[in-house]
Amino acid sequence: MNIHEYQAKAVLKGFGVPVPEGAPAFSCEEAVRAARSLGGESWVVKAQIHAGGRGKAGGVRLCHSLDEVKEAAESLLGTTLVTHQTGPAGKQVRRLYVEQGLDIAREFYLALLVDRQQECISFMASPDGGMDIEQVAADTPERILHRPAGNKTAAEMAAFLGLEGAQAAAFIKLAGELHTAFQEKDASLIELNPLVLTGEGRLIALDAKMAFDDNALYRQPDIVALRDPDEEDPRETEAAQYGLNFIQLDGNIGCMVNGAGLAMATMDIIQLKGEKPANFLDVGGGVTVEAVTEAFRLLFTDDRVKAVLVNIFGGIVRCDIIAGGLLGAVKTHEMRVPVVMRLVGTHEDEGRKLIRDAELDVRWAHDLDEAAAMAAAAARSAS
Amino acid sequence: MSVLVDRSTRVICQGFTGRQGTFHSEQMIAYGTNFVGGVTPGKGGQTHLDRPVFNTVAEAVAQEGAEASVIYVPARFAADAIIEAANAGIRLIVCITEGIPTLDMLKVKTHIRDMDCTLIGPNCPGIITPDECKIGIMPGHIHLRGRVGVISRSGTLTYEAVAQLTETGLGQSTCIGMGGDPIHGLDFVDALRLFEADDETEGVVLIGEIGGSDEEEAAAYIREHVTKPVVAFIAGATAPKGKRMGHAGAIISGGTGTAEAKFAALEAAGAYIERNPTLLGRRMAELLAAS
Repeated sequence: MNIHEYQAKAVLKGFGVPVPEGAPAFSCEEAVRAARSLGGESWVVKAQIHAGGRGKAGGVRLCHSLDEVKEAAESLLGTTLVTHQTGPAGKQVRRLYVEQGLDIAREFYLALLVDRQQECISFMASPDGGMDIEQVAADTPERILHRPAGNKTAAEMAAFLGLEGAQAAAFIKLAGELHTAFQEKDASLIELNPLVLTGEGRLIALDAKMAFDDNALYRQPDIVALRDPDEEDPRETEAAQYGLNFIQLDGNIGCMVNGAGLAMATMDIIQLKGEKPANFLDVGGGVTVEAVTEAFRLLFTDDRVKAVLVNIFGGIVRCDIIAGGLLGAVKTHEMRVPVVMRLVGTHEDEGRKLIRDAELDVRWAHDLDEAAAMAAAAARSAS
Repeated sequence: MSVLVDRSTRVICQGFTGRQGTFHSEQMIAYGTNFVGGVTPGKGGQTHLDRPVFNTVAEAVAQEGAEASVIYVPARFAADAIIEAANAGIRLIVCITEGIPTLDMLKVKTHIRDMDCTLIGPNCPGIITPDECKIGIMPGHIHLRGRVGVISRSGTLTYEAVAQLTETGLGQSTCIGMGGDPIHGLDFVDALRLFEADDETEGVVLIGEIGGSDEEEAAAYIREHVTKPVVAFIAGATAPKGKRMGHAGAIISGGTGTAEAKFAALEAAGAYIERNPTLLGRRMAELLAAS
């Protein structure tokens, strides 16, 4: 799960991490009021969307008067920002964050993440702050320090970034606070890009991004409360309420599969057959008839879907539950597109019988290759 | 021969009396697994599925000589269950549970790092040596005792490959699902080492997916140490960047972890790449017929 920059800063501030003074704003008036109460002579108005690269896309405006703040807020609110992380459709700006302007002497990159290879929490630090870190990694990998989190690491990073004395001490303190925040909040990523050194020699997190482990949200209610439904695909949110892993894609074959790996492989083979999947959908292990009904409803109500491919190789999932879900869905939603079914595994015979007894016009496939070919042919003849 | 488990392996289940634990324990017993009991705290002394129930893993080890444990407890308790099994001296821990927090798994991995036990999973289908021992949730009847080892990050995609190997008559020596989580136990390299050393295994089907670098590490190991043919498939060639595809571990981040990079690494290491996941069995049959 992702949160906005201003929310991440509030979370990190709670752990002692220094962040600029700022206030969120949902309208031009709020933006101007925020700037006025922050005081000072310059402000930064920042678009709040769940994507990086906002600066380059024009989503961060430096303002030197309250009129400029108003203009910036007017031009940003409601516009769609396209950055290298949003995809071509971009994201609509609905929230702003207004901060005091800072006198910046140096910019660093600092991140904490789960290192899958070393199986630990790791820091990444670079003196090249404010840049696209993936580009830095590709062009000048020697300018990134990647180390397991720990006290020694903090001192090593401070030296790597050229910080000495009180600044090094402040950095080590900040690194410790980030590490604590990461562990206590079940983060999967904390990224400060940039972390800045001001003209007065203070270290401040000028930007902050936090992402959280979905598996741990049950014990992070205050993080869950920060969820912004506007940033999420409504169909994906709806599916999640039923415990379904659903991701909207742009093809024409609706997929329902059990297991993430098989769901991905099903998408891949649809592409090998010359068509494109409309979605990723893993119904998961402990799925219920209600959830499967909802899954079919999601597929049947998507106008782009020209054929549905059900690929179930049951281990935990029982085929009779999948069949029951289809029966439930057709009660309220017409089966308006061809449904190709490949149903194998636990309670396979019961599942097939349920569908046959209901006399549903389902096209049965013997294996995945045949199922994908049948679905692709059906989608082609329908479009 | 087979790897890790055979008909003598004494298996218990943690989360024995729960709904999933009961259903799959019944299936394991029916398959012929040497299933000696189960653990559910507070229900020690009872009998369930004709097997004794214990309060702790340590009791099951002491009284039944348990050496392998399969875990079905809910995600928030699963990390503690793994640690309990390791502390009790279980040598093979198979964790089926999905949705364990990553930081919990980091603690587990740190705890068992220097212990003499193998963890399979979490978020995995388990391990099976056909006709001898099934520990997990895979449908037993699709398996056929035979010549090919299977190692996979996915559950159901493993069944797909297994069914193909059965259909071609090659069968499987042992099949291992290593699970879809970013922090997990046994990995491709561990499995390849076991299969390379196993007399019965003539070839290996390796099923990876997007995210992380397990497949790249497998490629490096294959290049140096594996003489048997490896047929490899990577799921997620069509997955969009930055989206978690069901498995917590299946996410392309910052241009790394793509299916193309993994296919390329495995191909360069001498593995046989198959891009159609329904042709893995046939591809292996061709390779073994030619050798």
